Amino acid sequence: MANERIRHTDAGAPRRRERLTRRELLAGAAGAMGAAAVAPVAGQQSVTTTRRAGRGPNEVDQRSRFVTPQRDPSATSSRTPLQDLRGTITPADLHFERHHGGVPDIDPAQYELLVHGMVDRPTVFSLADLQQFPATSRICFLECSGNLRRGTPETLPQMVCGLTSQTEWTGVLLSTVLKEVGANPDATWFLAEGQDAAVMTRSIPMEKAFDDAMIVYAQNGDALMPGNGYPARLLLPGWEGNSSVKWLRRIELADQPFMTREETSKYTDPLGDGSQSRQFSFVMDARSIITDPAFPRVIEPGWHEIRGLAWSGRGRITGVDVSADGGTTWQAATLQGPVLPKAHVRFRHRWEWGGEPAEIMSRATDETGYVQPTWETLRAARGPRTRYHQNPITSWTVGDDGRVLFGAERLRS
Amino acid sequence: MVGWVGVVGIIGGLWVAAPAAAGQQPSPPSDHPDSFGLGRPATTSEIEALDIDVMPDGTGLPEGSGTAADGARTWTRTCRGCHGPDGEGGTAAPVVGRDPSSNRSTVGNYWPYATTLYDYINRAMPRNAPGSLTAPQVYGLVAWILAKNDIITTEAVMDARTLPAVVMPARDRFVRDDRRGGPEVR
Ligand code: HEC
Repeated sequence: MANERIRHTDAGAPRRRERLTRRELLAGAAGAMGAAAVAPVAGQQSVTTTRRAGRGPNEVDQRSRFVTPQRDPSATSSRTPLQDLRGTITPADLHFERHHGGVPDIDPAQYELLVHGMVDRPTVFSLADLQQFPATSRICFLECSGNLRRGTPETLPQMVCGLTSQTEWTGVLLSTVLKEVGANPDATWFLAEGQDAAVMTRSIPMEKAFDDAMIVYAQNGDALMPGNGYPARLLLPGWEGNSSVKWLRRIELADQPFMTREETSKYTDPLGDGSQSRQFSFVMDARSIITDPAFPRVIEPGWHEIRGLAWSGRGRITGVDVSADGGTTWQAATLQGPVLPKAHVRFRHRWEWGGEPAEIMSRATDETGYVQPTWETLRAARGPRTRYHQNPITSWTVGDDGRVLFGAERLRS
Repeated sequence: MVGWVGVVGIIGGLWVAAPAAAGQQPSPPSDHPDSFGLGRPATTSEIEALDIDVMPDGTGLPEGSGTAADGARTWTRTCRGCHGPDGEGGTAAPVVGRDPSSNRSTVGNYWPYATTLYDYINRAMPRNAPGSLTAPQVYGLVAWILAKNDIITTEAVMDARTLPAVVMPARDRFVRDDRRGGPEVR
């Protein structure tokens, strides 16, 4: 849908200088939509589907041919089409992907997880072993810590921050597995290693293992998708995606961090003038984004529902404020329950647009009292060279022609 | 790779309660049995085969050695195509550069430990054939990159003893995360 929509906008947007009326703009966009939007003949739709039996039951259903949401792949990642989704659970085939050595093709019969290091009993677990442990399910988001594109005004929500998705994960608590192998109480860190061509490694504090870390093998009730770690991955709720190592093949307990490339050269945040860097900054701070209305929509005056997602790696979202005047005044949006900790929550806010230029934006607050900062506040706190873990308030501008554009200006400097 | 050896070792999957005092204990639900009897003991040889990580103190470094001259030959054959003939200017990330004010993080201005270089090249490079290098080849490449960054001399021999002793320009660059939630933005 995303790509198509861009095409629609390209086709429908006025290239010439003179202004089109909003209605002409909309008509242009509709015209470019082809078959799906051919002007309906009264009663035709019901006639074509009611006088002939539709397809019978099948083995695996597919989306309607009129619905084609797409991730946006680059060489290293693929972004969730946030603007096309309306709930909080990301369909498994649209979950974002980020990996450093491609997606490995792992035969579950060959899969093994080695747990060793500071443990009493170094042990190898098969996938069946992991699945035989007491299981637990949890809904939480994952987010890559490199999840901000500042872009141009013609930027989709997907491109602004589509490296976050949400899943109901099922697996075994890591603490259960650690009890099985006899974890040494003096261990302070563990290494998680993947079975991909990057042989991805991250050092994780043991506190997280005893808190809520899991080894998961199911995504929305189904087996993990290959791009999300099939057959098993680590899951660290609320922490930067890279630390939830996929295709998990090895866990090693130790009394110090391993200082891997991905926790030194990468995923660290230069501070101040850049002479220092923050390391092991795992938790994803509270954030939100309006997913509708957003580029490339063209809206008409009248009632609209401002919709979006908010989340915090530190716990529950307690509120989302929405502004329609570029941050001068704010109003509380409605949160759609259940509001789960470390999870995407939907917010909605009724808004009457009178046709004048507007700038809509959202600001999340979490249960620690943390308030999503502006770009200026974030940059003032971290310095101009900050690279990862960026969660600034973002906005969409609405022109008097109804065109919605990304508020790229807000993220300048 | 941890030097520590399990105090109890493998006793046929028997759970021996670890001393409760020192650190934190795993906290699975209290109604869990001591053991579910799952998994099988790992053999020493299968641990050795997988345990490729190298720690800052050098734990995990294998036998073997290499110099910048050795590394130069391997670099030309297997790395320059992506990283450029001198370690910069290729399509892949530069591995050379000492300027601390540069926005590009490189081995010379950003990596705190030379051991990480061994670990990373050994596990993930060359990108088109990861895991294909021998230990002497990796030592040579590490020596070549460190010498290109003027961190060691071109004659220096890199091995399990000398590599952990290399002090990187960025050794003291890193501070721990001080974000704690709450109203303050950090
Ligand atoms: C096919 C292209 C290719 C080849 C050949 C290649 N590399 Fe790389 N290298 C890359 C890419 C791409 C990255 C970045 C990977 C990432 O970010 O996940 C990289 C990253 C690195 C890094 C980390 C840089 C940093 O600052 O984090 C080092 C060190 C490195 N390569 C060394 C080598 C060495 C040594 C060789 C030869 C044995 C080699 N590379 C061969 C593509 C290549």
